[in-house]
Amino acid sequence: MSTDNVKRAAETPDEPMPYAELGMKLDEYDRVREILGRRPTSSELAIYSVMWSEHCSYKSSKVHLKQFASKAPKSEALLVGMGENAGVVDIGDGWAATFKIESHNHPSYVEPHQGAATGVGGIVRDIMSMGARPIAVMDALRFGGATQDDTRRVLPGVVEGISHYGNCLGLPNIGGEVSFDPCYIGNPLVNALCVGLLRKDQIKLATAPGPGNKVVLFGASTGPDGIGGASVLASATFEEESHAKRPAVQVGDPFMEKLLIECCLELYAADVVVGIQDLGAAGVSCATTELAAKGTGGMNVDLNLVPLRDPSLQPEEILMSESQERMMAVVAPSDIPAFMAICRRWDVPATVIGEVTDTGRLVMTWHGETIVDIPPGTAADEGPVYERPYSEPAGQAALNADSAARLERPGDLRATLLELLGSPNLASKEWVTSQYDRYVRSNTVLAQPADAGMLRISEVMDGAEPTTRGIALAVDGNGRYARLDPYAGAQLALAEAYRNVAVTGAKPLAVTNCLNFGSPEDPEVMWQFAEAVRGLADACRTLGVPVTGGNVSFYNQTGSAAIHPTPVVGVLGVIDDVAKRVRSGFVAEGLRVALLGETKEEFGGSEWAHVVHGHLGGLPPEADLEAERGLAAVLVEAASQGLVEGSHDLSDGGLAIALAEACLAQGVGATVSLSGDAFAGLFSESSARALVAVREESFDALAALCARHEVPCYGLGVTGGSSLVVEDVLEIPIEELRATHEGTLPALFG
Amino acid sequence: MSAARVGVVTFPGTLDDQDAARAVRLAGAQAVPLWHAEHDLKGVDAVFLPGGFSYGDYLRCGAISRFAPLMEELIPAARSGLPVLGTCNGFQILCEAHLLPGALTRNASLHYICRDQRLVVERDDTPWTSAFRPGQEIVLPVKHGEGRYVAAPETLAALEAGGQVVIRYVGNPNGSLNDIAGIRNEAGNIVGLMPHPEHAVEDLVGAPSTDGLGFFTSILKNLVNA
Repeated sequence: MSTDNVKRAAETPDEPMPYAELGMKLDEYDRVREILGRRPTSSELAIYSVMWSEHCSYKSSKVHLKQFASKAPKSEALLVGMGENAGVVDIGDGWAATFKIESHNHPSYVEPHQGAATGVGGIVRDIMSMGARPIAVMDALRFGGATQDDTRRVLPGVVEGISHYGNCLGLPNIGGEVSFDPCYIGNPLVNALCVGLLRKDQIKLATAPGPGNKVVLFGASTGPDGIGGASVLASATFEEESHAKRPAVQVGDPFMEKLLIECCLELYAADVVVGIQDLGAAGVSCATTELAAKGTGGMNVDLNLVPLRDPSLQPEEILMSESQERMMAVVAPSDIPAFMAICRRWDVPATVIGEVTDTGRLVMTWHGETIVDIPPGTAADEGPVYERPYSEPAGQAALNADSAARLERPGDLRATLLELLGSPNLASKEWVTSQYDRYVRSNTVLAQPADAGMLRISEVMDGAEPTTRGIALAVDGNGRYARLDPYAGAQLALAEAYRNVAVTGAKPLAVTNCLNFGSPEDPEVMWQFAEAVRGLADACRTLGVPVTGGNVSFYNQTGSAAIHPTPVVGVLGVIDDVAKRVRSGFVAEGLRVALLGETKEEFGGSEWAHVVHGHLGGLPPEADLEAERGLAAVLVEAASQGLVEGSHDLSDGGLAIALAEACLAQGVGATVSLSGDAFAGLFSESSARALVAVREESFDALAALCARHEVPCYGLGVTGGSSLVVEDVLEIPIEELRATHEGTLPALFG
Repeated sequence: MSAARVGVVTFPGTLDDQDAARAVRLAGAQAVPLWHAEHDLKGVDAVFLPGGFSYGDYLRCGAISRFAPLMEELIPAARSGLPVLGTCNGFQILCEAHLLPGALTRNASLHYICRDQRLVVERDDTPWTSAFRPGQEIVLPVKHGEGRYVAAPETLAALEAGGQVVIRYVGNPNGSLNDIAGIRNEAGNIVGLMPHPEHAVEDLVGAPSTDGLGFFTSILKNLVNA
């Protein structure tokens, strides 16, 4: 049988099409018929099914995500907002940064190594397609319980995948987070973030203007990998047959991606690119429809010209293939020779597969027959939009009523501190991060385990004028907080990332987010989602940091059991003089230690309740955004005045864990004393707090700065010695802290 | 700026070339980019082969790079005494090209490892290590998955007897025989090491050490005094 084509489709209007198998609902299929005035061809159906999948169309989330724009704070820094491949932010001196976080959760469960590796590859190409040089990556990872069998399969594979791909690509991995909870067994989260740098006047966009301009596909050839990945893998709930889906996971080639990066940067420098788009989910379907929709409106493509790794591929498969390391550019005919010469220099295959038209139609041919003829915007931008019903989960009130106040408090705080410090969520993540190259390109000022990663930017590209500026990035999220209160949980995720950027001395500027939830078809999950988005949008407005882009991952559930709602938030900040960055922890002896911020008795969703009592109930800590804003102002100003030598944010595990980590950073101990209830002082997880270490002569200036911003400042003690001493409460040698902190992950994962 | 010119080679997949060029400049020499596909050493006075995953490390680390057109020029020049330093992937390429003996295999842990590594410099009689004194302890980052140095027993014995072990690990990160982190050829002009001196040359960035600068000031001094 020959390939289904437009002529045949018009002649056989009633031929049944496998829309349901491709994940489409009947009403969606009917809409396609209405748009085309006939039944779609099999190739058109492939395009619509994948472009209208949850993963590509955001059909369940769109109505909520609008708040990120409607509530966005005024920001002069925002150069490109949501809707492009990644947001772009003005960071001063003519420089711009582009950053985005994206999930690759489902593939990482099916095939941890390749799933995670291609997650990194995909987000890096998003950044490249903005015209930027990718300069660093980070990742937020969630696994099932640390001792659960499947975690031993998934975690080492995911770490190895990120390690292999990122290291081979030559991008420093400067931070991120890893945590464990049984709710993620079967649904691990792999959220990869990439940041890139470009000159402000060199932003590239995904657009195909100018009839007659050529459409060039370049990079790897197209194979059968990841076919249907977007619509089948990312949008369907896992059931037992998941192993049968193995071939749907893409396979990455970081070497080709490295060549693509250098090749693209030369193409940009030569100014031979009119528009550009990476090929990610939905491959050629997505790139052609989106480029055409945002350009003059039309495009002709001859699919026979697509270079294939497997010559038996059919057009439907070519359209859906998610083969990695591919890009599509729109190039003026006169620039084609220069474009091709640069690709040849980098051994990157490049092929003209079509050209831009002004017909308003995306037309594709296969062996001379027209197999696709659609208005591209209907696939790219006019997908279905659902106002999914939502309702508060039945057990939510009972969950919130089950306060952590009823839990028995410990008598031995020394033992409690060590128990928490060695617990998988708080233990050192060096087993993971030592598998990542944090030094390559030699611009890394701070990397894990620092609160935020920081990069200098003056040396990133040859020939650019020097600047003293640097950028900082942190990514955070707490699923337990969000389970207790998704509105507050999303705000707390933002608050922590914002604070982590500020403790390094950088001013928080913009936000990216990855929203990981269960099935949107479950009204209770949808309630969690709606609350989290509302909370995050409100908090972004209060803190004055706009959302620049991000990603939604639904269907993170097995059967009826969804993961904790897990909004992961990344914050980008700028420091005017990168040499004034504040290092993490106690960096020298003889410094005054101060606690900034107010401590309340807040144990709902805390690490203490989780580790010691296996309890999750009550309400999370209050998200006091005004206090957060004041604290950040103090930290940024103090850094610029050189008042602070070392700092550390307080979060999971409270002051106890922050003190222990601050001692471990450089092996410098401290003696502190607390007033009030020692247990609450040490283990409460109140937000908007940070530890700082300052020279004696700077203490008064810091206190005055805090007073000006109405931030409480408590002198706790001094650094020095080889133990952490909390007077009248506990004393632990640093070596014992270290053995406890660093022993856990190697013991679990080898 | 000194007239000393140090070539920095870029293969497809080389990653630390910008870092190496910057370190060369910080030491006061001129960094000259050398391209894998050209039969041209551009008259440089010394060559730095940086780290990375040249050709994706497919087949075997360094196995493809050794056949690059540039290597057809570099191999005879090195044999004739041109100073060459290969770090990480560069060291692997030097071994594959038989300019240095032995091979680098998968780390004993089977994991890639990135850490700040204590090392002891044993030889100051190479053009790349003359700024150090024998027995000096330094810290440089290591970052590799295949850095375990192995060689036949007689080769190892000859390296030790000939004083060709230039740097050893203090706390072996990868299972290398005799804790070997770096070696030189018999003549001494070719040095290969797994650690990365180019990531330890500035206070602000990279490893918490500037010990790497010594490799670059060594070559500069040797070229200027030559």
